[in-house]
Amino acid sequence: MIRFENVTKVYDQKARPALDAVNLEIDRGEFAFLVGASGSGKSTFLRLVLKEDRATSGAVYVAGQNVAKISSWRVPRLRRGIGVVFQDFRLLPQKNVFANVAFAMQVIGKSRSVIRDTVPEVLKTVGLEGKEHRMPHELSGGEQQRVAIARAVVNRPGILLADEPTGNLDPTTSMGIMGILDKINQNGTTVVMATHDDDIVNEMRKRVVELKNGVVIRDEARALYTSMIPVVGQSRRLKDASGRDAPEAGVPGEGEGQR
Amino acid sequence: MRLAFILGEIGSGLRRNLSMVVSVILVTFVSLTFVGAAGMLQMQINQMKGYWYDKVQVAIFLCSEGSTAAGCASGPVTAEQQASLNTLLESPAVAQYVNDFQFESKEEAYNHFKDQFSNSPIVDSVTPDQLPASFRINMKDPEKYQIISETFSSQPGVETVIDQRQLLERLFSVMNGASLVAVSIAGVMIVCAILLIATTIRLSAFSRRRETGIMRLVGASKTVIQLPFILEGVIAAVIGAALASATLWAVAHFFLGEFMSQQYPDTAFISSGQTLILIPALLILGASLAGISSLLTLRRYLRV
Repeated sequence: MIRFENVTKVYDQKARPALDAVNLEIDRGEFAFLVGASGSGKSTFLRLVLKEDRATSGAVYVAGQNVAKISSWRVPRLRRGIGVVFQDFRLLPQKNVFANVAFAMQVIGKSRSVIRDTVPEVLKTVGLEGKEHRMPHELSGGEQQRVAIARAVVNRPGILLADEPTGNLDPTTSMGIMGILDKINQNGTTVVMATHDDDIVNEMRKRVVELKNGVVIRDEARALYTSMIPVVGQSRRLKDASGRDAPEAGVPGEGEGQR
Repeated sequence: MRLAFILGEIGSGLRRNLSMVVSVILVTFVSLTFVGAAGMLQMQINQMKGYWYDKVQVAIFLCSEGSTAAGCASGPVTAEQQASLNTLLESPAVAQYVNDFQFESKEEAYNHFKDQFSNSPIVDSVTPDQLPASFRINMKDPEKYQIISETFSSQPGVETVIDQRQLLERLFSVMNGASLVAVSIAGVMIVCAILLIATTIRLSAFSRRRETGIMRLVGASKTVIQLPFILEGVIAAVIGAALASATLWAVAHFFLGEFMSQQYPDTAFISSGQTLILIPALLILGASLAGISSLLTLRRYLRV
């Protein structure tokens, strides 16, 4: 579903690349965690999938299409196939729950009757039935994130990207959110989630892709947050030999998705 | 559905940005009023030129029934007098100054008069008999008017010789100057309007960056994202253009049509109906100004 072929992304010629020759394939229906410290390239990965940025070299395939070859007027179609959830929810404060979710359907021209049927159904999936008319500020953080997830999946995208969706939530609420993401995944949606939350990763036991300084240093199925197999050193040594291991401070890429 | 959505977005954008929208309306109103005023002045000049202005310089009016001039003591011009004047015009002494000349009969004079004064009540009270016949002369050198005047003024059957251009030219140069001023002011105001529209659209895009960000993420097309902003500017500018049109029409109708034409019944004024052709021009100008400046602004300040 998502395939990176030798993808490098350089934001600043002088700094080290945000992603460095990444090869990765995430299959249809898979659930993958993207872990790593700030600046490791997680957000850059997600931005490349959305074609928010162009890869400096290499090719990014989404649903079998090379995103570099998608013309700009077809980019909206690519994005309709991808749902996105953020740490800061990004709801529209002056719209109620129903309107926030309906907004995603209105802007792509869905008819009113389809919206009336679909939105309550999706709100039920995320456990928000009966709260259609609440405003975002009347909801807890967890509930707001559920609205954001409902909005991301209401158009039935094949892929759901989540950029630290539990970053602002307490552990219990986070597990609730993970339950929803899991349910969405069970329904066939490919889920890619960037996170720092070790409890969640350890609890879910899904595929874990660990990035460090823009390089994939671990890719394990049914894994934990921290690796039990010490493979880190090898990749480390390789990088040092090439002399490109720049200091970590001031690395762009992180927080880019917040705009 | 999408149309309803876009209209809703436009409505909320206009409401949220009301003070800026009002200022866009006013600035386009003022600038387009000046553009229209320049247009009206040119139309007025054309109206006053009448049939002959661009074709001839000098008119020799012949005596008619009621002429009181000294040369007309013997009554209206006779056929012989007219023929001898014609011969004189063709004689080498005069012909060297003349490109060509035409004779305008009373009937023709009446028709031209009717055309020029069609907006004025005076047209109903004039009959062909009251208007003099004339020779209309196109000079090789308009400066040589004096020669024609001296030669013909004393001829029997000639009421008066006038240099039409000299009478009107001073007035026209004032009016042309006024329309130049109007165009310059309009130019400055249009620059203002373009910048103000750009700023308004920029603010509007900024205040709705959450919405547009989400629209982008869920795959709304470029048109759906940008159209509300562009139409916001266009609607404001079109309202301004409509106000300018209404103002120009009111000036033509009430000031020129009812006041000035009473004060100066012997001057041909444009009618309010004639200003209607300015309206589509102003609307199109306003809409395209706003459309283009919004589009350019969005290209810089709204990612899609």
